[in-house]
Amino acid sequence: MTKPATAALTAPHHLSYTYKRSLGKVLSAFFTALRDRRFLGIRRANGSVLFPAKEYDPDTSESLSELVEVGPTGIVTTWVWVAQPRRQQPLAHPFAYALVKLDGADTPFLHVVDAGSESKMATGMRVRPRFCDVPKGAIDDFVFEPA
Amino acid sequence: MSAKEEQASGPVMVLSCPISLDYAYSAGQSASRFLRAIAEGKLLGQRCPVDGRVYFPSRGSCPMHGVTFGDDAVELSDKGTIVTFSIVRVPSQNIALPLPYITVNVLLDGADTILIHVLDAKLEDVHMGMRVQAVWKPREEWTTSTANILYFRPIDEPDAKYETYKEHI
Ligand SMILES: [Zn+2]
Repeated sequence: MTKPATAALTAPHHLSYTYKRSLGKVLSAFFTALRDRRFLGIRRANGSVLFPAKEYDPDTSESLSELVEVGPTGIVTTWVWVAQPRRQQPLAHPFAYALVKLDGADTPFLHVVDAGSESKMATGMRVRPRFCDVPKGAIDDFVFEPA
Repeated sequence: MSAKEEQASGPVMVLSCPISLDYAYSAGQSASRFLRAIAEGKLLGQRCPVDGRVYFPSRGSCPMHGVTFGDDAVELSDKGTIVTFSIVRVPSQNIALPLPYITVNVLLDGADTILIHVLDAKLEDVHMGMRVQAVWKPREEWTTSTANILYFRPIDEPDAKYETYKEHI
């Protein structure tokens, strides 16, 4: 069917920003370790370990510097199943977004669990990372899978 | 060790985090009419029914009075007057001219709003009041796009009087 001449014109409009950020001391160590398939958290004054490592204590704002290796395995503390992934999401097939608490860390973080089907997912399940062939030092170098 | 291998083993100092958004843009009735006209080499503005000022490109309503413009369109000349200009020395996408180039505010003849475009002229020649004309792509390349006009170019006419464009500075 042809549109009438008075129909409004439409066009795809793609807006993108090619941001790069410099990482600084702590996050540089975090992403360098990730490229080496290792996970770095950071210790707070109260002894607990934040993962991912960050520069400042979120409660007291004091500078943090004691990097601590955690993981690589962990547990799912909560999750949601993505049955129909959209184009820019991390996997093209169904997967879970989950909060994963790595062994040795005290805080969970949001990441992808490639479980195959929703029935394989459970709160409290153990997961392990699966890295891509050539990690570049980015958070999407790996996904989790059931351990 | 090659530079590339060194990069792969040295510390990760920078994170690339591009952001991209995909929209389906709808031009709406008024801008669609403007775009269909420019596909035929015509420049359409619209006249405000309250004060008679001509807005270019055409739009749905008057930003001053809030009244709708209706279906009356005013065809404008592709000649105009430079109101202000700036020399650009940093690269940008989709500009038909090499660096450094001149970006101009052009008051098209018959319009009461300015058009921002680029000018193909010697940097030392550009000045306020300079008379210019659009340079179009070859006719067979025209589409419903403002990119049909590549840039403006000076024409051999006396400068416009300051009073004719001063309110747009
Ligand atoms: Zn008006």
